Parts: sequence; structure tokens; C-alpha cells
Amino acid sequence: MSAQATGAIPSADVWRASQARRRWSGWLFYGLAVVSTLMGLVMLGALLFDIFTDGAREVDWHFLSNYPSRIADNAGLRSALLGSLWMLAFTAIIAFPLGVGAAIYLEEYAPDNWLTRFIQLNIANLAGVPSIVYGLLGLGLFVRWLALGRVVLAGSMTMALLILPLIIVASRESIRAVPDSLREGSYALGATRWQMVRQTVLPSAAGGILTGTILALARAIGETAPLITIGALTYVAFDPNGPLDIFTVLPIQIFNWVSLPQKEFHSLAAGGIVVLLVVLLTANSLAVYLRYRMQRRLQ
Amino acid sequence: MINLRIDAQTTDAVTTPSENGQTDAILMTRNLNFWYGSAYVLENVNCDVRPREVTAIIGPSGCGKSTFLRCFNRMNELIPAARLEGSVVFRNRDIYDRTVDPVEVRRQVGMVFQKPNPFPKSIYDNVAYGPRVNGYKGDMDEVVETSLKRAALWDEVKDDLKKSGLALSGGQQQRLCIARALAVQPDVLLMDEPCSALDPIATTRIEDLIRELREQLTIIIVTHNMQQAARISDRTAFFTVAESGAGVLVEFNDTQKLFTTPTDPRTEAYITGRFG
Repeated sequence: MSAQATGAIPSADVWRASQARRRWSGWLFYGLAVVSTLMGLVMLGALLFDIFTDGAREVDWHFLSNYPSRIADNAGLRSALLGSLWMLAFTAIIAFPLGVGAAIYLEEYAPDNWLTRFIQLNIANLAGVPSIVYGLLGLGLFVRWLALGRVVLAGSMTMALLILPLIIVASRESIRAVPDSLREGSYALGATRWQMVRQTVLPSAAGGILTGTILALARAIGETAPLITIGALTYVAFDPNGPLDIFTVLPIQIFNWVSLPQKEFHSLAAGGIVVLLVVLLTANSLAVYLRYRMQRRLQ
Repeated sequence: MINLRIDAQTTDAVTTPSENGQTDAILMTRNLNFWYGSAYVLENVNCDVRPREVTAIIGPSGCGKSTFLRCFNRMNELIPAARLEGSVVFRNRDIYDRTVDPVEVRRQVGMVFQKPNPFPKSIYDNVAYGPRVNGYKGDMDEVVETSLKRAALWDEVKDDLKKSGLALSGGQQQRLCIARALAVQPDVLLMDEPCSALDPIATTRIEDLIRELREQLTIIIVTHNMQQAARISDRTAFFTVAESGAGVLVEFNDTQKLFTTPTDPRTEAYITGRFG
């Protein structure tokens, strides 16, 4: 081996000492990793326990079907839940085609030059922009300039802007994970580029694209700041019935209740959080299920 | 992406009979030069491929065999910075001419890759893929059955056409890829080391298949395995790396002649195992 080692071979004791230390440091790292994992789980468990003990008994049909009220016993989150669902639907309709379209362009069509790389870098950066900045953009662009007012559609468009980078990044990664051998196989049979994308790349990437989209939409449900910025109301005592109605959403309703001094409203807030969490977890489970279905179909 | 320059001289060469008087070549390359960016890959290759024969391409690693093969169906232009000069003539038409659509070329010149690459779809949909993208309107069941039969896979999969192509063994996957290529009725089938990822038994089946297919279409096969070239090909082209760093065609002859009485010392050195 090396020139120094030719003279003296280290004695067996030296090896043994180092081995003990290495084994010990291995165990130490294992321990740290377990503690780190438990830390997250314990925190989540404590949060869920606290919320559910406070809020679970608030959640009943009465709570879901009544409008907010200044009398805690009569109060419900019907308008906020409907507002969240309307906003979510339109956010999905706007953000999904735009995001996937942009991802397809960047991965399958765009030439590899400085402009493409510049765009890609900036999309990644946009994913990190604070949400309140999107709120200000939405206020200026959709509420004022397009004069939509403080309606569901303006909120959806703002949220779509917010989650577009997330959808684009997730979709791009999913598209990039499709092996080139499949693209070549498709081309070799006389497929055009669009046929190759439509019939080979998209079916293989669909699971990841859907998962990314649903997770992005889950983020949109939980966002509050941009909607407060564009002026979603805090008190809505009627059903939003379409994209052009004014609205509120669950997080704003929860915030509103938390900021009131009476104890009863704090319980209502916990109940609202339970509803929000159920909606979120449902969306996430749907993502996991869809990914599982897609993968099974492909194997 | 492809910088194409055909000067008068090369265009003349297309109509001139090649040195052995054969004018019935289905595919011809004339002064074919190829670059990836600044890397010079193929230098002045002139090669005539006769119809309904198996042409084997052998040579050491890095001599441009696969690149040469991929010039015949314009697969190289999918790689950025690829550049080609000279011409590739298929049925008396330069496939690199501005008016030629690579999609149409690839329908007529099919390809089987080194690693089996079935689509993550059912066996049926794998075979039907080519006819579908090419707008075939006839009886798809018949095309699928005929193609799988021609690829000697029908008996093994006929009861399970809905099964995923990925569930097959490696050798079956490669025959599925051959069936898939045959389904669009190509005149030429390019095979890029189709057996390199397969075990000896699967390899034998593919070789038998190549011998059968030879009756119906032209096959060009790149192989690392000289015995394989000797077993299945009618003619063999030997490539090596020239001093320029690019691959050159050293010798192209009847397989029997090339392996028994090579004319070039480099061919002899290679086939007797002295290098490569």
C-alpha cells in the first residue's frame, strides 16, 4: 500500500480500539435519528390530541350547517366551509392545467439554453416567496385592476399563482423521472413529439403529477394571509354560490374566532381546526391512494 | 439541431453503383460524418446495406457502432448538439433531406434497443402503440396477433394479453419490443445489441428469430459478440477508432469472408482477439 505502511503493520489492539469507537458512533447516530423522528411524531400527536379534545365535541351537523353568529351556541362554519370548497375548486381548475402545461413545456419542449435555465431557476425561487406577497399581487392585479372585487374567483386566481410553482416543480420532477428509453421507444415507432408526451410520458408521470397537485391544493386550503390581503371577509352569513360571490374561508373563520375574548369561541375555533384538518387529511389520503392506484396499474 | 450539407459530389455518388456493382442497396450512407458537440464520432462512412439480409456491425467499444445505427432512423437528432454531414439514402431518397419527416422515416425503419424497453402498458397496448400513433384504422387484434407471432411470443402470452409488458422476463420483453417494432410493418429493423442484457437461452431465441425475420425484412444489428455476428449475419461491417478519434468503417464484406480471410490487418487483429 502506501510507502509509510510498509515498515510497520499496526497491531491488533489498535484495530480493536477503533472498531469499538466506530460501533459506538454508529449507535449514537441511530439514537439521534430515532429521537428526531419521535420528536416530530410526538409534536403532531400532542397537537392532534389538544385540538380534538377541545374541538371534536363542537363538530356536529349544527356546526357544519349554521352561519357564524355572535352567539357562540348558534355559530357554525357553513359559509367558511363552502367558501373554502369553492375557492379550492376554482384554484384547481386554474392551476392544474397551467402548472402541468408549463412543466411539460419545460421538460419536453424547451431547448436547453440560458433562458430556459433562467425560467427554471425563477420558478424554484417563486416557490419560496412569502404568501403575503402573492396576496398583495392578487389585490393589485385581480381585485383592483381586473376589478373582480373580493370574490371567490379573485381568491382562486391568487391561490393559483401561489401554488403554481409547487405544481410545476412537482410535475417536472415526475416527468423527468420517466426514463428516456421509453421516449426513444416511442419515437422509434414513428410517434410525433406530442404523441410521445401524451401516450408515454404523461401516463407514466400522472401519479406524481396528481400527488404534487393535491399536496399543493392542500397548501392552498390552509393559506390565510393572501386571502386576508385581498379582502376575503371575516363575517359571511350567506352561501357563496359561485365564482363571483364574496366569501370567507376556514382559516379566516378560525382566526376570527380565536381573536374573540370569549372562551366558547375558542372551542369553536378548535372545532374549525378539526374540520380543516379532516379536509386536509382527506386530500392527502386521496393523493396517496391515487399514487398507489397509478403505480399498480403500471406494474 | 442537424446541420446538413450535401455537396454535389455526394449527390452524384448516390446514383453511381458502388464498387462491387451492387445497385440494389436499400440503405446507403455516403461520406457520412458525425459529431456530438466537438467530439468527432464517425468519419467518412460509405456503406451499402442490401435488402433482406442481416448486416452485422462489429467493432471495439467507442467506435461509433450505435451512433452509426441510429443515423438510419434519425434517432441521433434527439440528442442536442448532434451534427451530421453527408447523406443516408433509403430507397433512393436522402432521409436527411429537408423535406423528409423523421416520423415517417422511423415508421419504415424500426428499432430495437439494447435494454428491453416495453412501455408500462399491457402486452396488447405495447404492440398496438405503433399502429395507433400512425393512425392505423384496421383490425387491431389481428395486427397484435400477427406481430406477436412473428416475434415468436404469441404462444407464451396469448392468454394474458392484458398483463403488463413489464411482468414478462427479460427475453420475453425483448421479443415484445421486436413485436412492437414489427407491428408498424417496417422495411428495415435496426437492432442495437439486442441480446446484451439477456441470458444465453433468451439470446438463442432472439437469434433464431432474427434468422426467420430475415426472409421478410432487412436487419442491421450492432453486436459486441463476434460469434453472434458470425452465426446470424450475411454481411459484416467492422468499425474501429481511427487516429482522428472518430469511428471508421474498416472492412465490409460477406461475413464468411470477413471472418476467414480479412483483408485489413486491423480486422484480423480484432477478430483474432488481439484487441478490443
